[in-house]
Amino acid sequence: MRNLATLLFLGGLAFLLIVITGSLDFGNPPMRIGEAIQQDAPAQVGAANIVTAVVLGYRGLDTLGELSILFAAATAGGLVLGSLPARRRPDAGFVLRAGSDLMFPLLMVAGLYIVIHGHLSPGGGFQGGVILAAAFFLPLLARPQSTPGHGWLTVIEGLSGAAFIAIGLAALYGGQAFLTPLLDKGTLGELVSGGTLPLLYLAVGLKVGAELSGLLMRLAEDEEATS
Amino acid sequence: MSTLFGLIFFVGAIGLCVIGIAGIVLSRNLFRMVLALAIAEAGANLMLVLAGYRWDAVAPILAGTPATQPMVDPVPQAMVLTAIVIGVGVQALALSLVIRVKQRYATLDMREARQRMQDDLDREAGITPSRSQEQPAGERPLPPPSHVAVEAAGGGHD
Repeated sequence: MRNLATLLFLGGLAFLLIVITGSLDFGNPPMRIGEAIQQDAPAQVGAANIVTAVVLGYRGLDTLGELSILFAAATAGGLVLGSLPARRRPDAGFVLRAGSDLMFPLLMVAGLYIVIHGHLSPGGGFQGGVILAAAFFLPLLARPQSTPGHGWLTVIEGLSGAAFIAIGLAALYGGQAFLTPLLDKGTLGELVSGGTLPLLYLAVGLKVGAELSGLLMRLAEDEEATS
Repeated sequence: MSTLFGLIFFVGAIGLCVIGIAGIVLSRNLFRMVLALAIAEAGANLMLVLAGYRWDAVAPILAGTPATQPMVDPVPQAMVLTAIVIGVGVQALALSLVIRVKQRYATLDMREARQRMQDDLDREAGITPSRSQEQPAGERPLPPPSHVAVEAAGGGHD
């Protein structure tokens, strides 16, 4: 009975969505906001990557809200898992240790590159932050004994979140709206351009990286405590 | 032609959504429910990206491309960018809850975990379970065999 109701609901949902999307003109969307943003973004925000201009310029407040959702999820994860007494397993084998040593600097460079070039090329703070989280999680897999705890991760996370809000408040102090891009726009396409956008994305990247690696470490520690 | 392609793509995205929701509702395994949630999220993200797609358009990045070249809509892409990260956070939270349930009740089956949790709560509160399949309220026409009662009392928790 419950399965039948579920299937009916799913059929109705699929029908509704197909009818709605079928009425769209695929490949030729009515993008009035998109057109306006594409025309105005280079002059207003100064970022070559228009998606970054939308994420940090036009929708900066939404990004702050999204960061707080991520923060809430990470905090709740830590709360649920708790801080168990870490019963750490011995170090991993040679292959994993050597691989981790090789991969760590490469992942750091790739992650920081993607974060810093977020306003120029595909990528940005969120994507690069995830790569940074993977980089910081590798040593824990390879050498659980000698890896420091996640106290310093909390410091990075808090400082970068505070930096994001402080940049927004600086615009407010100058008489503009919250999170308005400040500083010189620079030349379009240069590394140092787009005003405060690279700084904002750096803060986002560090925050995402610290949060996700803290969460991964907690999950891994918890799994060890269980087994 | 373009509507045919659009229909195929959208049916794929909607199919992912539907499969994910069906998995959430029909599955009894908690970990499979988390995976189904991830599939449903992927379908929703794909639908959003498709809504902003344009034929013969490039990525919305102003580097080296002539200004006349049309670009895809950047707004859905920005939304999906943030939605993916939120999805990761939500999945991590759901997984940590699943780990906790597994540690406490030693099962990933949702009904079994619920039953054990109810037993736990009843025991903590000091009340005998008001309704139970092994010991229904009221008179029984025939008493159950004794070994069934022993199993029911001993098998409730580890």
